[in-house]
Amino acid sequence: MSDRPLILAGLTLFVGLVTTPIWHGALDRKAALTAPPIQLPAQEKQCVAPASYMRSSHMQLLEHWRDEAARDGRRQFVAFNGKIYDKNPTRTCVTQCHTDRKEFCERCHDYAGVSDPDCWNCHNDSQRTSRSAP
Amino acid sequence: MKITRKDFLRISGLGLLAVAGRKAVRAVAERTSERASEQTSAPFAKQVRWGMAIDLQKCRQKDGCDRCIKACHSTHNVPQFSDRAHEVKWIWKEPFKNVFPAAQTGYTREFFGNLPVLLVCNHCDDPPCQDVCPVKATWKREDGVVTIDFHRCIGCRYCMAACPYGARSFNWLDPRPAIATVNLDFPTRTKGVVEKCNFCEERLAKGLGPACAESCEEKAIVFGDLEKPDSEVRRLLRSRFAVQRQPELGTGPAVYYIV
Amino acid sequence: MFMFEKALTGGRKYWLWITSLFLLVLAGSLCYVLQLTHGLAVTGLSRDVSWGLYIAQFTFFVGVAASAVMVVLPYYLHDYQQFGRITILGELLAVTAVTMCILFIFVDLGQPTRIVNIVLHPQPKSVMFWDMIALGGYLLMNAAIAVVTLTAQREQVPAPGWIKPVIILSIPWAIGIHTVTAFLYSGLPGRSYWLTAILAPRFLASAFASGPALLILLCLALRKLSGFDAGREAIQKLAVIVTYALAINMFLILAEVFTAFYSEIPAHEEHFEYLFIGLNGDRHLVLWMWLSTLLSGVALALLLVPKWRNNIRLLVVACVCVFVSIWLDKGLGLIVGGMAPSPLGAVTRYVPTLPESAIVLGIWASGALMITVFYKITLSVWEDN
Repeated sequence: MSDRPLILAGLTLFVGLVTTPIWHGALDRKAALTAPPIQLPAQEKQCVAPASYMRSSHMQLLEHWRDEAARDGRRQFVAFNGKIYDKNPTRTCVTQCHTDRKEFCERCHDYAGVSDPDCWNCHNDSQRTSRSAP
Repeated sequence: MKITRKDFLRISGLGLLAVAGRKAVRAVAERTSERASEQTSAPFAKQVRWGMAIDLQKCRQKDGCDRCIKACHSTHNVPQFSDRAHEVKWIWKEPFKNVFPAAQTGYTREFFGNLPVLLVCNHCDDPPCQDVCPVKATWKREDGVVTIDFHRCIGCRYCMAACPYGARSFNWLDPRPAIATVNLDFPTRTKGVVEKCNFCEERLAKGLGPACAESCEEKAIVFGDLEKPDSEVRRLLRSRFAVQRQPELGTGPAVYYIV
Repeated sequence: MFMFEKALTGGRKYWLWITSLFLLVLAGSLCYVLQLTHGLAVTGLSRDVSWGLYIAQFTFFVGVAASAVMVVLPYYLHDYQQFGRITILGELLAVTAVTMCILFIFVDLGQPTRIVNIVLHPQPKSVMFWDMIALGGYLLMNAAIAVVTLTAQREQVPAPGWIKPVIILSIPWAIGIHTVTAFLYSGLPGRSYWLTAILAPRFLASAFASGPALLILLCLALRKLSGFDAGREAIQKLAVIVTYALAINMFLILAEVFTAFYSEIPAHEEHFEYLFIGLNGDRHLVLWMWLSTLLSGVALALLLVPKWRNNIRLLVVACVCVFVSIWLDKGLGLIVGGMAPSPLGAVTRYVPTLPESAIVLGIWASGALMITVFYKITLSVWEDN
């Protein structure tokens, strides 16, 4: 078959492109496997859920809060340790604890390679820091 | 059995489709069962039906007064665009002749026609906006407040076409730059979603009344529970003649005008 | 893809046509990126006229899609053999038109990334939900019918038996898609221009005029470009269908006008006044609406007289008139006229902006691209036979 070299070249190119993340990570010296230092809240020691859960599922928790507060009028969240919180991301999360979104949210999002959260397009933080000006 | 390339592609394509379909069905099933369980758990106070009476005579006492409009719009971070096309408004004034086109004669028009009438969302008993929304982003709560989930709205503007009162505004562009000072207790909105008066549901949750009623020095806006016979709003509606906007449409507005 | 290789052979003119369509699609896409970043403020839409060209084009093309039934029905139910070949062309036109409709809805959304919410949080009370089901089903059905029939023709074997029930189902379904689309508007309180029981019949009549008119034009273009002849009798039959539908459509519009103006109910009169006379000094649609009326009149005259209708040149003129007339009425006046005056009596001028028009043109171009490729494939299959 005369097409063989052409097909093989195409296949190699395809496999190469698909595996970009792997070899890019291997070649890039800066990409480290250690978690980045993030700024933890000064006064609070415990989040509304264990850190491991928050790390993986904060988005689901926030979504759940939103649906319950807006649709069912249930605005109080009873945490695993019995503490009660307002389901209010602006007041409960951002103003009281995670005041620096650059050092907390975005640093970790960068590390994990997920796009920056757009919460602040609507939910206000007092500093109104905008990373990429809209 | 010999499998041709076309057959192979066809079978693998169908297989992928089947897998995707199964995932989609499962996701939808999960969502619906989740919602069903949520809805039965802790509803809003069922006995309450929030409503409002606006005394037009009192409202006219101070010429050009816009305290309620300012109070509402700053409380809810409503952007102020100079271009009329892109306007966002939750509460505003409109000449009597446009609001009640049927409730006038050639003679009353002379006097009443241009008098301002305060407009907000009517928080209807049977809101057309709720029925048309394809994603359940707007709905009537148990306590009668018609509200919007800004996270879910896809911006199709069907609700704007359905609302016979012109109560709804769309964010044609990013509202942030058009907000002078941001109230931290209420989210701003993003471009591409619909918004309107929410009867200050965020204040009701804290036991406060709406910002517009609170700001009115003439006490022209009376807010309260329409289900409670001795509430202030009910007493007012008993003693004074009041009308609703276009009651003939069967929407059942919860905002009454004392004329 | 399905016999796609057949679309990759063609002369210089063919490729020039394809390239220019691609350029239009590209321009439309760039304008869409502009709309995505700046919001729908780049369009001419406003708080009062919150639906415009996008939704109007959607409505118009649902009609074009539904009109495929005008060839499918005679061929499959009445065994009208002359429509044998034209039927596949009609079904492919339907596939193209539905795809364009989906694109028009998509570009109209303020938050297009959330479109999956329609599936995740379905609201069966919303007509839009049913429209989604109707259009999606129609698209799948017509695509399946066209592919299966064409494959059978290529292999020179009879089409498999299971396709017949699908074809039969697609006939009422076609009526369904346009009825549901009319119900999108006709069930809204406070929009008097749309709040009429004959909106759905009107939609169907205008669809069965404009769609077959477009199909006639496409067939005549194919004859000129490729030598494929749909057959004189088939074209003439289609022309008769256009004549009837156009006459019924004009009759229904007149019925609306009579009801509005004889009853003298202001809310019903105002919209017609706005469109045909001008309201509050705004007359910018008046010329277009009268042009639409004039074109319908001219077309009806040309189509009614058999001698003129049988003359291909005059038939082309008539079909262009029908298409443009109904496009103006349905693809422009219907939505804008329903939105102005607003429920609060405001007459707000709506003029599509350049980016908005470019996006619309881009979708038209992608439609033209689809139909070119589809017809090219179909004709190659027929030529091979």
